[in-house]
Amino acid sequence: MTLSYSKLQRKMLMTVLAWIVAFLIFFPVFWMILTSFKSETEAISRVPHLFFSATLDGYRAVQEQANYLHFAWNSLVVSLGSTVLALVFAIPSAYSMAFSPTRRTRGTLLWMLSTKMMPPVGALVSVYLIFRDAGLLDTKTGLLIVDALANLPIIVWMLYTYFKEVPREVLEAARMDGAGPLREIYNLLLPLSMPGIVSTSLLAVILAWNEAFWSLTLTTSKAAPLAAFIASFSSPEGLFYAKLSAASTMAIAPILLLGWASQKQLVRGLTFGAVK
Amino acid sequence: MANLQLRRVRKSYDNIEIIRGIDLDLHDEELTVFVGPSGCGKSTLLRMIAGLEEITSGDLFIDGERVNDIPPAKRGLALVFQSYALYPHMTVAENMSFSLKLAGLSKAEREMKVAQAAQILHLESLLTRKPKELSGGQRQRVAIGRAIVRNPKVFLFDEPLSNLDAELRVRMRLELTKLHRQLRATMIYVTHDQVEAMTMADRIVVLNAGVVEQVGTPMELYRNPRNLFVAGFLGSPKMNFLTATVESQNPGNVTVKMADGSRLSVPGQLDISNHSQITIGIRPEHLRLTNTGSLAATVTTVEHLGSESYLHVLTANSEALIVRVSGETAVEADQQVNVEVDSSALHLFDQDGTSLRSR
Amino acid sequence: MAAHAFNTTQPPPRGRRGVWSLNTPTITILFLWSLVPLLMTLWFSFRRYNLMAPDRIGFDGLGNYRYLLTDPGLALAIWNTILLLGAVLAITIGLGTVLAVLFDQEFFGRGIARVLVLAPFFIMPTVSSLLWKNMMMHPDNGFIAFLMRSVGLKPIDWFAVVPLTSIIIIVSWQWLPFALLTLLTAVQSLDAERKEAARMDGAGPIAMFRYIILPHLGRAIAATTMIETIFLLGIFAEIYVTTSGGPGFASTNLSFLIYRYVLQEYDIGGAAVAALLAIVLANILAFFLMRSFARNLET
Repeated sequence: MTLSYSKLQRKMLMTVLAWIVAFLIFFPVFWMILTSFKSETEAISRVPHLFFSATLDGYRAVQEQANYLHFAWNSLVVSLGSTVLALVFAIPSAYSMAFSPTRRTRGTLLWMLSTKMMPPVGALVSVYLIFRDAGLLDTKTGLLIVDALANLPIIVWMLYTYFKEVPREVLEAARMDGAGPLREIYNLLLPLSMPGIVSTSLLAVILAWNEAFWSLTLTTSKAAPLAAFIASFSSPEGLFYAKLSAASTMAIAPILLLGWASQKQLVRGLTFGAVK
Repeated sequence: MANLQLRRVRKSYDNIEIIRGIDLDLHDEELTVFVGPSGCGKSTLLRMIAGLEEITSGDLFIDGERVNDIPPAKRGLALVFQSYALYPHMTVAENMSFSLKLAGLSKAEREMKVAQAAQILHLESLLTRKPKELSGGQRQRVAIGRAIVRNPKVFLFDEPLSNLDAELRVRMRLELTKLHRQLRATMIYVTHDQVEAMTMADRIVVLNAGVVEQVGTPMELYRNPRNLFVAGFLGSPKMNFLTATVESQNPGNVTVKMADGSRLSVPGQLDISNHSQITIGIRPEHLRLTNTGSLAATVTTVEHLGSESYLHVLTANSEALIVRVSGETAVEADQQVNVEVDSSALHLFDQDGTSLRSR
Repeated sequence: MAAHAFNTTQPPPRGRRGVWSLNTPTITILFLWSLVPLLMTLWFSFRRYNLMAPDRIGFDGLGNYRYLLTDPGLALAIWNTILLLGAVLAITIGLGTVLAVLFDQEFFGRGIARVLVLAPFFIMPTVSSLLWKNMMMHPDNGFIAFLMRSVGLKPIDWFAVVPLTSIIIIVSWQWLPFALLTLLTAVQSLDAERKEAARMDGAGPIAMFRYIILPHLGRAIAATTMIETIFLLGIFAEIYVTTSGGPGFASTNLSFLIYRYVLQEYDIGGAAVAALLAIVLANILAFFLMRSFARNLET
């Protein structure tokens, strides 16, 4: 009796502690979502109110004045497009390294990762000039290509760790049955590692959707994704808290949902299989 | 019809030689077992025949045609994997017909062949199931079915029974032997289990450290092992080994002096000089307990198997022996016994471990 | 898939003819992606090249290098880059470890709490920076200012007074969930029997943490350090929308310094030299990280 009582006590203590931490960390997001439903005057009130009359004015204004959908469409095209493009390169590559490893495979994998260590700004000058001359500045295609390249090492790595879990013998059996490499990939590897490919794609979409550096430097308005659109609110004249909050909430909502749905896989993917 | 020839076949990874020059002839309709300890290269050799591993040097012929550079599926072989390697997302029927589909057979043909194979293997009622809904033994049969439908020239088995429990293993062993006779197929079977090798093989190939130690029928190898390795590898319990020296040679028999000082007269002729060190090999069933036995020993452990017992004994100079006796024999640990050696069943090996004669 | 484990006696599989070539497209484009910019950057670093003065193009020898090395912003930018990286790593991994142990405990509503804690990681950098800048840290309208006023303190103008610290706070907030989640996953993968064995051996909570949990986290910490470093070296948007690197160079890191050269001063030559520096710095870090990460890796 006393034992279970002290156990309960401990659980209550942990509940309080953990929820305080969770609330503190989540508070800024909560506050932003709350603000998005406020009127502009309410939003900048020096004594903030937890209770207020909610309005959708902010959301309406964002679409009407700032053409939110245009930027959301850009984000969608760029993140999905870059993910597909990266997968096209990454799947054969990860397949070859997972099932036909050589002495150089380990080094190749680490090298791929090391290309990701270069700060993107190191490539800014050259990419900017190449894009300017190729007419790719402020185009969705251009941004999509750069995002795909930037995420490629991580995508190859993730796929590699998932492919490693497919028993090699199953693919060898297919080889004995007369399947060539492409059939092995299409008929066996893809169906067998579908969960891994899905979570890899999710991560790629999240990374591309949230990508800010190339969005800010390579696009201005025509091809600007949400990440760049939101940044335009940093200038003083655009400063309307409710509108900013509404636009931000809409920009993060889809990714927040995707991310929550795939949190377990995400750890594995982002730590390259080191943490499962 | 299928004959396989291996000529000076070698395999190395990163300058480490795994297969060190193998010459073999495998005959049509025979079940050949590759047996050896783990790491001896038997699986690698099988995978080289299958085409899953490249042959570093040497030639592989199937029915006289050199196939080194022919991809696995075109060699007309089928491989049953240790882990079965069933396609987990396909049904039993789809698993079996995948190769036929890739080969471009019509649906009707595929269904017919799958039905035939399923009948042979008693899989008819399982055709729509997925591998994860099957027991170990059923999966095993599907893996074999996948091989049968292709009507291969040679069936290759890579330790196919090692994932099954002991009872099922014995049953599948019999089924495979039956299947071999029924299909009149050429088969190569890889195992580390000498019991499987002895019970199933038409011909055994004993491999060790990437070379062939000996090839022959099970009983040939059991009776006339060419060297210490084969002698020790086949048979359970293992053959006993004792050190001795050649004392004198007379026409028709040889006298050897055992390490404990006792003498044995061995019938036959040896090509060896007096006073040479030799190793005597004697199987546990060729040792008996008698009052007049020449080897005095102490029993350390008695293993009762029911119909028979294995006595672990220690000779006066601490050489360990196993003696097989009838289950009725009343012996206890620490008892002093006299062991008689059936001198007509002795194996003699020189210092390099090579057999000194064939009896 | 358990059957896979039976394969241990087989020699490792080796390159299969034809299959290796499936890797060449990826290797080629990644090679170009990393090499072309490097070579171009190297070329421009010796050129006089300003986008605003296209007629004054030419060889400049070490001019750009001399110019950059006398730029008072440079040393500060390097220092800020390292400080930002070090501080965020220390905060996220230190705090993350403690919180991972906390969130590993049983408590009511664990699932929901965990989801809430994770949120900042999924928020795009521009949004989280604006959120902190306007709604949290703003000296008039920010929530923190409100809290400080309510307890009688004078609110501070975060981005003017402690610009780099403010950015460290924002970036740490973004990356803490990732560290927490990774370490939590690692904590949960700890064998329950090992913890019980330690308890039988008399380990209290502190000994348990020090001798059982912490060593078990080594791998996760290495991986977290690695991935965070990859992203933290390139921190840009957070500075771009909050301080624009100021006041002065107080919150300018190498990334932002290069950006200033390119898109604010249009000085390609100067930017190239700074970019080379950034690449060298990244390579030094990459070398050590890769070495420790590779050790923790099963391929």
